[in-house]
Amino acid sequence: MAEVRLDNISKSFGDTVGVADMSFKIADGEFVVLLGPTGAGKTTTLRLIAGLESADRGDIEIGGVLVNTLTPAQRNVAMVFQQYSLYPHLTVRENLAFPLRSPILKTPEQEIERKVQEVADVLHIPHKLDNKATELSGGEMQRVSIGRALVRNPAIFLMDEPLSSLDAKLRADLRIELKRLQAEMNKTLLYVTHDQIEAMTMASQIGVLDEGRLVQFGTPREIYQNPNSTYVAARLGQPRINLLPTGLFGESGPAAASQIGLRPENIEVGRGAEAQIVRVEHLGDQTRLHLKLSDHDIITLIDAQASYSEGETIQITAVDPLFFDATGARIS
Amino acid sequence: MSSFSVTDTSSRTKWIAGSLVIFYALVTMIPLIWIGVTGFKSPADAISYPPKVVFDPTLEGYVNLFTTRTRQTQEFLENNPPQNWADEIVRQYDMVIVGPSKFGERFLNSVIIGFGSTFLSVFLGTLAAYAFSRFKIPLADDLLFFILSTRMMPPIAVAIPIFLMYRNLGLSDTHLGMILLYTAVNISLAVWLLKGFIDEIPREYEEAALIDGYTRFQAFYKVVLPQAATGIASTAIFCLIFAWNEYAFAVLLTSATAQTAPPFIPTIIGIGGLDWPAVAAGATLFLLPVMIFTILLRKHLLRGITFGAVRK
Repeated sequence: MAEVRLDNISKSFGDTVGVADMSFKIADGEFVVLLGPTGAGKTTTLRLIAGLESADRGDIEIGGVLVNTLTPAQRNVAMVFQQYSLYPHLTVRENLAFPLRSPILKTPEQEIERKVQEVADVLHIPHKLDNKATELSGGEMQRVSIGRALVRNPAIFLMDEPLSSLDAKLRADLRIELKRLQAEMNKTLLYVTHDQIEAMTMASQIGVLDEGRLVQFGTPREIYQNPNSTYVAARLGQPRINLLPTGLFGESGPAAASQIGLRPENIEVGRGAEAQIVRVEHLGDQTRLHLKLSDHDIITLIDAQASYSEGETIQITAVDPLFFDATGARIS
Repeated sequence: MSSFSVTDTSSRTKWIAGSLVIFYALVTMIPLIWIGVTGFKSPADAISYPPKVVFDPTLEGYVNLFTTRTRQTQEFLENNPPQNWADEIVRQYDMVIVGPSKFGERFLNSVIIGFGSTFLSVFLGTLAAYAFSRFKIPLADDLLFFILSTRMMPPIAVAIPIFLMYRNLGLSDTHLGMILLYTAVNISLAVWLLKGFIDEIPREYEEAALIDGYTRFQAFYKVVLPQAATGIASTAIFCLIFAWNEYAFAVLLTSATAQTAPPFIPTIIGIGGLDWPAVAAGATLFLLPVMIFTILLRKHLLRGITFGAVRK
């Protein structure tokens, strides 16, 4: 395991910007998640680190070594792809042994046997070892492809939305399993996703990407509580943060502020401005109220037991709103 | 189910379709069966009219195909009893076997040239197709069109220049010359067919192999090739069928050393009258290798003939 540094990395594909001036550091043993919508440059960043793309500008260091000109094999990284992850013509065992048999590692057969068995046990797939890769279910396939990364001892694990093609239950299970593996084995991991739950639950650091730029980098809690722009604020939180013009609640903010960001849990019910209830959603553990306040939609959370009905009018107040200027940048 | 459904057919439709296919198969197979059967007829039976369906089978055609014979005096025949069953067969025409014919040699030439050029076409074609499929090649579309354009006229249209070129290069009547020629004709087909197949193999497999510690060539060899097997097999069949059956260039460019079976088989007619059974025997044997090759690879061919359009 090793530290990975990106220093002002840029990469374009023709006229399209893939990654622009990206710099960040992944410390040894950290679980970093890059979060952003499709096209934000998440996958390109992974591919640049893996060596599948070469950067137009900037340096990448793995373990203190400049790897700009090294081939993927020489960089000693492991990668889990979103799909097409297993070699379809090989069995599960051969898939797991594939990296160990590479000319770079040239592991003795006995050692391969042992490691493959070990990884199969960790991932609960020892009974599938002699199946063809194509005979597995989606969850098993992804587990094997994570296993193919685990058999080695790479500088860093790169994972490109490995869970996105799985169904919700499997995704939740593998998410926990992955976090456990990383924590137990103290591996360094860079994980790419557009799923905020994955980011919040697994990451020790989150990097939020927007159109190829890294817009904020920090712990999940920091990013959630202290977003530096409306864009970052809207990436985390379910339901999403309410972005409203200033003055609705008579709150006093900085002079330059033109919008406030109000997370659903930061709205107090019972006093303040009058709002109409448009819709009530009972989710069991919580109840969401969809409100209308002088033509603005607002969502808030209330106690699951509380009973409100559509059409009612209630009073709401903003508690500790976040202030943003007209461009969406945070004002503190 | 609507009565116009494309996928669900009624049993009557199936029955009609089935009979049509069987009927068509029989019609196309009659000449082949006729050739196969004629190989076991005597020369008299072979040309009898009306044609004989029931006859005494004999190996005369095959013996004549593989041997050269000479007529002998009655005295010689009496003093030298037949040495084996084949000798016995030719005795009825007062002949003795004096040695092997050229057929075995010509057949071997066909095998060397046919399979040699098939291997070379598929080998070069796979490498070129992979490069066109994966790498950014300047003017790739124009190059591909150029490769295809070599197929836009019948190859025989350039027979004269090739004949002259081959004479100057010393490639006339050589195995190497014929292998190169058939490879040149087949390679456009191979590149285009194989590119389609390789395009369909997701790049992620190779990228995974690159990250797993392999070089580009090793990734190609260990990951791409096994998955392109279907395409390679069907391409090989198409190439072999062309090279195996090619007649015009073979007549023009080969004679004593590198002559293949197609130009040789008709010459059998000239040896000792119209020996149709020997010609039929030669044609039957000539069909076998391609037939066996195709049967061995037919599973791949059936999938391959859709030109890789169907995903697994």
